[in-house]
Amino acid sequence: MTEVLRVDDLRTHFHTRAGVVKAVDGLSFSLAKGEILGLVGESGSGKTVTGFSLLGLVDAPGRIVSGSIRLNGEELVGMSERELRRRRGRDISMIFQDPIATLNPMLSIGVQMRLALDAHERLGRKAAEARCAELLTRVGIPSARARLNAYPHEFSGGMRQRVAIAIALLHGPSVIVADEPTTALDVSIQAQILWQMRDLARETGAAMIWISHDLAVVSSLASRLLVMYAGRVVEEGPTAQVLRDPRHPYSAGLLASLPAASRPGMPLAQVPGTTPSLLSLPPGCPFAPRCARVAEVCATAPEMTRAEGRGWRCARPLSREIGAPA
Amino acid sequence: MTDFLTLAGIEKTFRPQLALGERIAARLGAAVEARPVQAVSDVGLSVTRGETLGLVGESGCGKSTLGRVMAGILPPSAGEVLLDGMPVMRKGAKITTRVQTVFQDPFASLDPRMKVGDAVAEGPIAHGLTTRAGAGAYVAGWFARVGLDPDWAGRHPHQFSGGQRQRIAIARALAMQPDLLICDEPVASLDVSIQAQIINLFLELRRDLGLTCVFISHDLSVVRHVSDRVAVMYLGRIVELGRTGEVFDRPAHPYTRALLASVPKLVLDAEELVTFETIDGEVPSPLSPPSGCHFHPRCPLAADRCRTERPALRAIAPGREAACHFAESVAQG
Repeated sequence: MTEVLRVDDLRTHFHTRAGVVKAVDGLSFSLAKGEILGLVGESGSGKTVTGFSLLGLVDAPGRIVSGSIRLNGEELVGMSERELRRRRGRDISMIFQDPIATLNPMLSIGVQMRLALDAHERLGRKAAEARCAELLTRVGIPSARARLNAYPHEFSGGMRQRVAIAIALLHGPSVIVADEPTTALDVSIQAQILWQMRDLARETGAAMIWISHDLAVVSSLASRLLVMYAGRVVEEGPTAQVLRDPRHPYSAGLLASLPAASRPGMPLAQVPGTTPSLLSLPPGCPFAPRCARVAEVCATAPEMTRAEGRGWRCARPLSREIGAPA
Repeated sequence: MTDFLTLAGIEKTFRPQLALGERIAARLGAAVEARPVQAVSDVGLSVTRGETLGLVGESGCGKSTLGRVMAGILPPSAGEVLLDGMPVMRKGAKITTRVQTVFQDPFASLDPRMKVGDAVAEGPIAHGLTTRAGAGAYVAGWFARVGLDPDWAGRHPHQFSGGQRQRIAIARALAMQPDLLICDEPVASLDVSIQAQIINLFLELRRDLGLTCVFISHDLSVVRHVSDRVAVMYLGRIVELGRTGEVFDRPAHPYTRALLASVPKLVLDAEELVTFETIDGEVPSPLSPPSGCHFHPRCPLAADRCRTERPALRAIAPGREAACHFAESVAQG
């Protein structure tokens, strides 16, 4: 297993007038070639900022204050914008939730793909066109060559997302960050795209970071899972193991609150309260105010405990005896 | 059980406004025609008192339009909506306060410049359910009911989180003391843990207040959880209707079956090879729906008959209707 991406103790903070928002606070993980890593969490947990940090797209007032991001062995943190641009799209690319916002409405798909292509490669018109058409076909767009002249508004939401995926794949990047790419789509289209993305990752050997709030989607794609809460990873491990036997009460609460976990019509198990504001995080474990297992020890922020390929940031973790049977 | 909400032959057609140039051309005798969009076609439904009907389908299937017609927000192009035997609308205007709606986006449905307490009190005062003097206590009662601190009535919407805003929207609908509540994607924009809180609130209020509900959602697991019966829509028509458990366990329409199969499931076994059964293609444009059965271009069972003859929604078992020529064999698996 070759490692393509290694993130160590990444901290992305936003210095606002109201105070410092620690959107990502000490994130570490590694990604092997062809691996799909799931990143789940609720709004404000820091999962999107993580994606932006990897591509060096964090805007002021935010910045990466410390940590390291090594892509194919090269340190990205502290790299000049010029150097970053040479890698963005070529070695690492991103797919966003809303393809309407990411595609330029004034340019045809062909022109936009061509721009992305020209950023890193000089190709003749014919060769470029062939490459774009080939990628569109690969992501499931029928009569691709003719569609190169179409504008984004002539595509449906699902087709637009396919175009965005094709652009992300143009240069065969080693890492693709997919930020909720199917959230805005209907289930039938979502299923088509999930299935295709999994195959594409397998064919091209690209590693993928799949950011989502939907545990079911992540479980059907990702082999490993990171659960984020308030800017930190609270649990990590092989996806099926984490979902079957969660150690952190937050992961367990998320799973229990899914409608499928309760009998129809019965009240759902709920995690009380709301995600804390990152401006005023409680001291100690940030999940403590919402946690049913809270104890005195939770007044100090827990460190990551690691064992057998899994990790959890909890002083009173659930164990298999207490959690769901394996 | 008597029918409480009855819909008969509901049609809703939207005619796009012609642009100025097109209108001038039309005046001059050119054949300019705005293509109408048939958003809802021939929907007949009934909901009994105290029941929750789930309305599911993908974007553009007409579920929200149908919800708005039921709520008396949009006048139907044909047909009538009766609540307890009385029409909901007359001459294009809503004439009852017994139907209220909770919308998907609590950021858009609350006036950002109005104190939330005033937003909740506005309707009840206008309709004499409370007085201006008594409004404070009346609102406080409903705030407590939906799990909000009554002291927050003087705040503005931006001071609340998404989940709290949805509670305010629910309080505002319930303060009108409706008999029928239309919920249009009430949890779609909320986080999972907040979604569970709002669903629980909904279940509790429905039981305590004896509400009749229409619950519109694209999220099949949520609909399964809260509805007694479910109606599945495709391109403006109801294609399947029945008790929730039966429809989910033994779908009788190929579209329902395919839709259920494309919902991702929690995979708890790493060895399990996950396959997605996908529906080919996309929902066709309602501007030019396919001939015959609207689903035939995407249907694995489509036969010649399906291309020409549109299947009517028909009873295939007691309390069970489906619009497919082969519904009986589909339901048997």
